[in-house]
Amino acid sequence: MEVKGTTISKQDIESGKVLFTKGDPNAHYTWDTGIGIGRYLEGLREGKIWGTYCKKCNRTVVPPRVFCELCFSPVIEWKQLKDTGIINTFSICYVNWDASRVETPHLPAVIEIDGASKGCGILHVLDEVNPKEIHVGMKVKAVWKRPEERTGSILDIQYFKPY
Amino acid sequence: MGVKGKVAIVGAGLTKFVRRAQETPKELAFEAARAALDSAGMTLDDIDCVIHGTAPDAFDGLHMKGEYLLDGSGGWKKPYMRGYVGGGTGVFAPIQGWYQLSSGLFETALVVCEEKMSSCMPHPQGAFLTIFDNLTERPLKPNLLWIFALEMNRYMQTYGISVKDIAHVSVKNKNNALLHPAAQLGKEITLDEVLNSEVLAWPVHREMVSPTSDGACAVILATEKRAKKITNKPVWIKGVGWNLDSSYWTNRDLAYPQYVENAARMAYKMAGIKEPRKEINIVEPYDPFAYKELHHLEGLLLADRGKAPQLAIDGISLRTGNMPVCPSGGLLGVGNPIAAAGLMKICELFWQLRGEAGPRQVPGKPKTGLAQAWGDLMQVGTVCVVGI
Repeated sequence: MEVKGTTISKQDIESGKVLFTKGDPNAHYTWDTGIGIGRYLEGLREGKIWGTYCKKCNRTVVPPRVFCELCFSPVIEWKQLKDTGIINTFSICYVNWDASRVETPHLPAVIEIDGASKGCGILHVLDEVNPKEIHVGMKVKAVWKRPEERTGSILDIQYFKPY
Repeated sequence: MGVKGKVAIVGAGLTKFVRRAQETPKELAFEAARAALDSAGMTLDDIDCVIHGTAPDAFDGLHMKGEYLLDGSGGWKKPYMRGYVGGGTGVFAPIQGWYQLSSGLFETALVVCEEKMSSCMPHPQGAFLTIFDNLTERPLKPNLLWIFALEMNRYMQTYGISVKDIAHVSVKNKNNALLHPAAQLGKEITLDEVLNSEVLAWPVHREMVSPTSDGACAVILATEKRAKKITNKPVWIKGVGWNLDSSYWTNRDLAYPQYVENAARMAYKMAGIKEPRKEINIVEPYDPFAYKELHHLEGLLLADRGKAPQLAIDGISLRTGNMPVCPSGGLLGVGNPIAAAGLMKICELFWQLRGEAGPRQVPGKPKTGLAQAWGDLMQVGTVCVVGI
């Protein structure tokens, strides 16, 4: 079977062997945080983690939302969760988004927040921990920015650490 | 489920999968579409409608990529549509073609999937990153490997699976790809070489990740009446299914892809398949990462939960095994031009079931095959069961 397609290298472009044009789309975004996440981020500014509870499904989720996507009901209750949780899963990441290598590994994790239903967590990062000692089920606690430094962002929690 | 008419695949074609192709996206789409038409002895005049599959516009930096690709895909002055479910697109596109024909609306469809990831500099991950939630995740500066590493680790921890267990998939698929004429990364590789490759994001090693690629694939679909005039070896689409889970991915069970099971059950029901492990002869599950092949085999009900690694370890999923898995070489070996990679799996089943896979031919005259793709934010399963 004859298969077409011509391989070129990055060098072919850089050396001008293959002609190219360049573009840099000028698109910048400002995203409203909405009702549900807006309140979640307000909570983070106050040092609190809010979830939402659906009575019909008996499920408390985080990040919170103003509707339940399972029963599609708008009836939810706001519920303050703890700022502790357990590690559902984690990684030790040695690369940046552009495939360049990092100096200190990034430690992303899904953290099930205490007070939310089992299996309901958020994405965040770990620190103040020996990567070799991280394990699924490890208890971790949020390390907050100082109140005056908080902006109403997921980054108001600097990271989670074992406790 | 009300299915009106039978639909067959009657032609298939593809380009080479390469890290960087000189051809433009339109040119790649044209070469694949032309190859598929030639394989069926058809011209564009014989095509009633065109379905295009391609990933986000952000990869190419081209707005309305579906429309841009129209000319290369044979869509000129025809009913033409683009469907998109991320990485699941390559198996979703033939499903869309199937319902155009099964409904009785058209008699033939050309299905083209194309991807050119190399234009995005310095790395196509720059475009991929936008899949993370803009309000609660992107401020953490995630990279795409995170979600795969997190899911793989959860899968391993839940069932007590080791990295070595999973590495067998890389060995199998990369070796299989050596015999694929379009393959980008076919190579002889040993288990130790996979295990000793660089850890990118624990537990993901370099040799467990598919590459970024440029390439295109195409198939031609026809109703029963037309198919029998075009070829004496039609490959029938027997069942289709697709399903999406929540985009709140940190609230999901990452160890088991329930949405893949839902999609598979939909397809099995339509195909009348009661015992998939006995009735499916060849499987082409989506394998952008080694663990994903295993994850998907379990979701497809072709292995017990947590037990899929044993299929590769025991050689059952080898090309010569009892249930060949990714005889093409998969995304790990042939390459991963996102939407085209899924359709490559349909092409492989077409050739395998017709006995035209050459040196890759699975022995034993397979009758039924399954292709599956997966994507978006780890949340979509698309499934096609095909047979002769």
